Amino acid sequence: MTARAQMLDAIRRASKRGPLAGEARTALEDRLRQHRTNIVPERTAGSQEDRIRQFERWATFNQASVACISAKEVPAAVTDYLAANNLPARAVMAPDSALDRYDWTSRGMLELRRGLPQDADRVAITGALAGVAETGTLVFVSGPEHPTSLNLLPETHIVILRERDVVGPLEDVFARLRARYGEGAMPRTVNTVTGPSRTGDIEQQLELGAHGPRRMHILLVGD
Amino acid sequence: MQSTAHAFKDNARHALADGNLQQSLAMLKVGFSERRRQAVERLPEFEALRDRARDIKDHALANLDFYLEAFEARVTALGGQVHWAPDAADARRIILDICRRAGAKTVTKSKSMIAEEVALNEHLEANGIEPVETDLGEYIIQLRHEPPSHIIAPAVHLTKDQVADTFFEHHRKLGFNRRLTERNDLVAEARQVLRRRFQEADVGITGANFLIAETGSSVLVTNEGNADLTNTLPRVHVVIASIEKVIPTLEDAATLLRVLARSATGQEWSSYTTFNTGPRRADDPDGPVEYHVVLLDNGRSNVLGTEMQAMLRCIRCGACMNHCPVYGAIGGHAYGWVYPGPIGAVLTPQLVGVEEAGNLPNASTFCGRCESVCPVRIPLPGLMRHWREREFERRLTPAAVRQGLALWAFLARRPWLYRLATGLANRMLALLGRGEGRYRWLPLAGAWTRYRDFPAPQPGGTFHAQWRARGGARQ
Repeated sequence: MTARAQMLDAIRRASKRGPLAGEARTALEDRLRQHRTNIVPERTAGSQEDRIRQFERWATFNQASVACISAKEVPAAVTDYLAANNLPARAVMAPDSALDRYDWTSRGMLELRRGLPQDADRVAITGALAGVAETGTLVFVSGPEHPTSLNLLPETHIVILRERDVVGPLEDVFARLRARYGEGAMPRTVNTVTGPSRTGDIEQQLELGAHGPRRMHILLVGD
Repeated sequence: MQSTAHAFKDNARHALADGNLQQSLAMLKVGFSERRRQAVERLPEFEALRDRARDIKDHALANLDFYLEAFEARVTALGGQVHWAPDAADARRIILDICRRAGAKTVTKSKSMIAEEVALNEHLEANGIEPVETDLGEYIIQLRHEPPSHIIAPAVHLTKDQVADTFFEHHRKLGFNRRLTERNDLVAEARQVLRRRFQEADVGITGANFLIAETGSSVLVTNEGNADLTNTLPRVHVVIASIEKVIPTLEDAATLLRVLARSATGQEWSSYTTFNTGPRRADDPDGPVEYHVVLLDNGRSNVLGTEMQAMLRCIRCGACMNHCPVYGAIGGHAYGWVYPGPIGAVLTPQLVGVEEAGNLPNASTFCGRCESVCPVRIPLPGLMRHWREREFERRLTPAAVRQGLALWAFLARRPWLYRLATGLANRMLALLGRGEGRYRWLPLAGAWTRYRDFPAPQPGGTFHAQWRARGGARQ
């Protein structure tokens, strides 16, 4: 008997039944297909404007910084942020076509490279699939336009999030994922990230920048 | 990991006398539990979510074979591989094989209790492969050759100074010549050392907080981002997870994650909650080219369908130990195996045997705080009581305890004698206590009075006497 058969057999013996069949099986298949929503916290029930304010509040609560700006102001907001934090005007940016709508040439000093991060890269700029108002969480999906390592390796992560991509609860993200990838399908990685990397492993005191970014700055762009 | 649960009493005695440990535990009492309380206050739906979380896990456990097969089918369709490991030795062999085929010299690891359970690091080391722990706490204890003392904060028993000494000792050979004193410097130095290890690793091994049958995803929760670097940078990603981690849908994961982060650290959401599904896609610029999931049973299927099944609902948040007066007094190492605290007192007798670990379910005041905070409402005191009964049935309980219980049972079955005996004892104790209100020493109770005073009976007689005096018996 294979290890697989042995383990499934042990589970069925303990459950005092054979493999599920007929109606019992159909009920479980339906449960997977229907993926019903369980309990969704009331806190995200408001208007889109409320959700945007709520996203901002929770992101800040979790040590991210948020600037609400218009699309025109994005390049200047990036260079200003870098200057204010004594960072060089250099960044690696996701090869994401959605980021092409900003006029990066308006800031001649800003040096941008598109692609994977390298050791020397201190700043990453990416977009996001969504921002979750419920907890101030950003959602990044892996793919040719968004290498996962951009979310992890550089010390500073600047995220450009459009207001229309702010959703209420996490369940709204699942709806977007299913719309984009199909039922039951996912990209290799979906990162949900809330604020900068942190640890409490030394005397339970919060320290930022354990392994991932030390700083997370969110540019929340009005439509 | 070799169990020392049989030596619990000695372990506990040493823990009580360990000044550094007591200093660290004092911080635990105000940290996690207070943050959890605040997070619960911020979410009015929290209690309803706990009920739902319990129901989801019960449903998954009742249909475990179906959901495991559905999970496997999704992973396989994406080009990943699922391996079935009936016991710890199987899991070790499977993972060693994967590492060997990958030609691995070093593997990075993100904290996994299952990997501790099967003693994976020791096995890899014995076979010439270097495992590098990347969770900061786990890294610290790996350098110190210690087991974790808490399931989410493995180095919670150490002070900053102890960490500073450990880094100074081990990082000197890497060119770090200064003994650090500030927490942020210690974190920064570990970041620098481990960043190199992340980049040179051939295989990344992680646990999983949940496996999702609907999508074939494994869910990983960290605050440091170390699990993400572990599963993104190496060529091979291995997930090791026990069978009870599988749940039906993404929506079910949302419910469980809402109670997990709040119960564990009092956060609204952990910094990194990641859904990994299969290996790198054809047009992905990064990510592992191989994705393996090792499903471990190791005695869990024996618990299914029994009165003890509720222990498999556990989502490893650590709230039960954060709120336990016994854990708070002795820390995690005293429990002698992988899982400490109330959940350890329930799991360990199941997984290593009641002969070895019978002391653990006895090390409880039955105050019930663990059950009152458990996000999936595991009846922990009830399960501990079950183990005490098994221990008693198998005559593993010490003779003095058995005789004491026999005497008590003899009295309890004879109400008149019981009243006479308790009345006499009450008057005797009152006489002995003489005004102080407490005893520093009592015959037959030396083990208690050595560490704390015993309260003297208050005036007014026994409970029975007071009950009658207040007319309680008439109602």
